[in-house]
Amino acid sequence: MIQSLERVIEQHPFFKGLEKAHIQFIVGCAKNVRFAEGEVIFREGDPANEFYFVREGLVAVELMVPHRGFTTVQTVGAGDVLGWSWLLPPYQWRFGARTLEATRALAFDAACLRAKCESDHHLGYELFKRLSSVITERLEATRLQLMDLYGVGA
Amino acid sequence: MASGLEQPGIAAAADPMVPRPLRIERMRQDTHDTFTMDFAPESEFSFAPGQFNMLYVFGVGEVPISISSDAARKSEFQHTIRVVGAATSALKQMKKGDAVGIRGPFGSSWPVAEAEGHDCLILAGGIGLAPLRPVIYTVLAHRQKYRRVVILYGTRTPEDILYAPELKDWRGKFDLDVHVTVDRGGRDWRGNVGVVTSLISRAAFDPSNAVAMLCGPEVMMRFSLLELQKRGLTAQRMYLSMERNMKCAIGLCGHCQYGPTFVCKDGPVFRLDRIAPIFGKAEV
Repeated sequence: MIQSLERVIEQHPFFKGLEKAHIQFIVGCAKNVRFAEGEVIFREGDPANEFYFVREGLVAVELMVPHRGFTTVQTVGAGDVLGWSWLLPPYQWRFGARTLEATRALAFDAACLRAKCESDHHLGYELFKRLSSVITERLEATRLQLMDLYGVGA
Repeated sequence: MASGLEQPGIAAAADPMVPRPLRIERMRQDTHDTFTMDFAPESEFSFAPGQFNMLYVFGVGEVPISISSDAARKSEFQHTIRVVGAATSALKQMKKGDAVGIRGPFGSSWPVAEAEGHDCLILAGGIGLAPLRPVIYTVLAHRQKYRRVVILYGTRTPEDILYAPELKDWRGKFDLDVHVTVDRGGRDWRGNVGVVTSLISRAAFDPSNAVAMLCGPEVMMRFSLLELQKRGLTAQRMYLSMERNMKCAIGLCGHCQYGPTFVCKDGPVFRLDRIAPIFGKAEV
């Protein structure tokens, strides 16, 4: 089981290039999880104790909007990282996540990784570089969404 | 691989500046602001996927519109039109039997033959799906000639999805990988939400052996190209359809000049490496 997780994590583009020892540590913080269609993975405001790599399925990142209900701001699918609220204080989810399809993912123990990043700055820097790249992509995507690209005159 | 700049060898009308009046055979509303017009000319009409016609509403004006139908069906052709100005608004007001002046087909075409034997990535945004629909028909008709075929389509809302019934059919095909995303999904939308660029990292294709064809808003294409480059696709394997203010459609008037090229004559389909130095430049 551990071997299989190690292979999955090693081969994921996000972790590509990490030292073997770091990969082995990360494997120790990871587990396979499954969610049924429509299941809540985490709720806005709850402690951000885990983050996820979606392996299969589709997840809606959503926000509760008064008078409109839960509104999907983005979906993440296979190969995507789900969640970065675990990274920065106050370690609470800024958005909620709910599956739109049955979903398989890798879940990582955020407290375990945060503690390791504090004690091993080399690993911390590598993870922050990788997460910065994900956050930048999401920021770019959000900017494009805000531009209303497909509107007349766009 | 061909440049995408060559004319496909289809003869336009004897005098390319003289519109041929054709009656509208059918009209269909696609979305709240987009409709499709069918024409059935008396003689065969040949075009290559990616080419466009100039549509003239008598007394109002002329607009370049891509041909959105199956190039193999020479007895009829279609135009899918979005209402954006005076001429397209006038076209929207027309009905079956009304005459439209048509010149064409003009311009370069998508590299459907060059893509044979390769993975084929079709990436469209909004009304940009219309010029790529003939490519999809061609690929489906000769499916065995292509390896993996991926269609990525992004639009504003679920209500703005163009050719929704066809997309549903295509999604049902086991040998076609179709992903649709919207910028804003309503409560009933169960699909992807996000810009079309976010689908690229999830798409299953071999970057070392793929040909990508892109059509949509220029900003969307710019960011999509960056994502494709990140996946390892080279500029020689990426084609995009450009849009500029086309008037004469035969490279005489200069209205659609794009650096050293004319979009009407050398485009609208360009291979990226041919325009890379000027693509996305504010001055061009």
